[in-house]
Amino acid sequence: MSQKVLLNAIEVNIILHRLACQLIEKHKNFENTVLIGIQPRGKYLAERLAKMLKEDYKIKNVQFGLLDITFFRDDFRRGEKPLEANTTEINFLVEDKNIVFIDDVLYTGRSIRSALTAIQSFGRPKEIELLTLIDRRFSRHLPIQPDYRGRQVDAINNEKVKVNWIENEGEDSVYLINN
Amino acid sequence: MSELSVNHLLGIKYLNKKDIELIFETADHFKEVINRPIKKVPSLRDITIANLFFENSTRTKLSFELAEKRLSADVINFSASQSSVKKGETLIDTVNNILSMKVDMVIMRHPNPGASVFLSQHVGASIINAGDGAHEHPTQALLDSYSIRERLGEVKGKNVVIVGDILHSRVALSNIYALKLQGANVMVCGPKTLLPKHIDKLGVKVETNLRKALNWCDVANMLRVQNERMDISYFPSTREYTQQFGVNKALLDSLNKEITIMHPGPINRGVEITSDVADSKQAIILDQVQNGVAIRMAVIYLLASKIKQ
Repeated sequence: MSQKVLLNAIEVNIILHRLACQLIEKHKNFENTVLIGIQPRGKYLAERLAKMLKEDYKIKNVQFGLLDITFFRDDFRRGEKPLEANTTEINFLVEDKNIVFIDDVLYTGRSIRSALTAIQSFGRPKEIELLTLIDRRFSRHLPIQPDYRGRQVDAINNEKVKVNWIENEGEDSVYLINN
Repeated sequence: MSELSVNHLLGIKYLNKKDIELIFETADHFKEVINRPIKKVPSLRDITIANLFFENSTRTKLSFELAEKRLSADVINFSASQSSVKKGETLIDTVNNILSMKVDMVIMRHPNPGASVFLSQHVGASIINAGDGAHEHPTQALLDSYSIRERLGEVKGKNVVIVGDILHSRVALSNIYALKLQGANVMVCGPKTLLPKHIDKLGVKVETNLRKALNWCDVANMLRVQNERMDISYFPSTREYTQQFGVNKALLDSLNKEITIMHPGPINRGVEITSDVADSKQAIILDQVQNGVAIRMAVIYLLASKIKQ
């Protein structure tokens, strides 16, 4: 197994600031916008962006939620391992809201398809956008593309992109791992 | 995530502690789902479930059916009173006929103890026991423990008394297994005629004085007197039973602590429990019903994930 650094802590930080600014450009004061982190790995990125918008860019009311897609996935009973559920924390209706889905890596697009179905349980949003830190090109199974992307990566199939967060793994970094 | 150690839910006797923890953790997620504006997930859209009720039931049947529908399973219902069972068909034939219509899972209630174990040995589908005679009622015991965990934080170390007709109760036996497995202290209390001989061999305390039992416990699970299963007279009169084993407000107020009151339903108001107790804040009877749907969703989901394509 070999691994290569795609992004270090400084680069991750610069990208997060750029993504935050792009969000502000589109959503202004976030009056009618909610950020939804896709569980489990989108949680860290979403929390980081929400914190950055509040503290560094003085946006007062950033609404923030977490969405678990386990029960909406299309591979129930198809994988080797049973699916593990996480908590969903959406304490508001998303009716007529602008939603930004946030996930760390966009790969096949199947998680996002599940999230699109799952969010319907909380109302009919006005619009849904997608933000990912890493966009793996040429690997999509479904016609789904990000609206905001941190970095585009060409990774072949047996390679894996691993995003680390200081809250969880002790450092901010992105690795390309070759098995 | 780990998976259940069993392919059927026939009784709590066949589960281990990890299974119960897994069911509770999964039920936590489903409880959140059933409190959403849209209370449904598509996980089981390619699974068909047959509900076979060879004995009457209101709450369990509704609860199972709702759990199945919340998981998007296809559901067929069968009750013995309107079926060919009356024409002399055997249990295995009935079930095999239903299974040949491509059913993946069977929920069964049957008046004979061991019916679901028997069925699991003879048919290919995943079986959930929804009550077999006076033997076991595993999902009821799971939702009872889950409700205790929700109210008191944990089940371990708590003192739980099961009051009433222990002899005819499948809820009592499943509860004893489930509570012991999770490290609770269990007592049974009732008239001597309604306590099975040698029940202390299961590791439970036996008490015939209700006041002593209530003073000992944190939770009292009040069972219904099952008149329909009584072939002889087990106590002189309902009135005398109520005087000795019925819980009322005055009795609860005279205790030196506040205990939690549970009841698996249906309640005979004024017999084992008075209305003011059943409707009080101490009672978690309706929480039990709501948790029942989440627990049954968890059990069905976890068993369905073991059905291979």
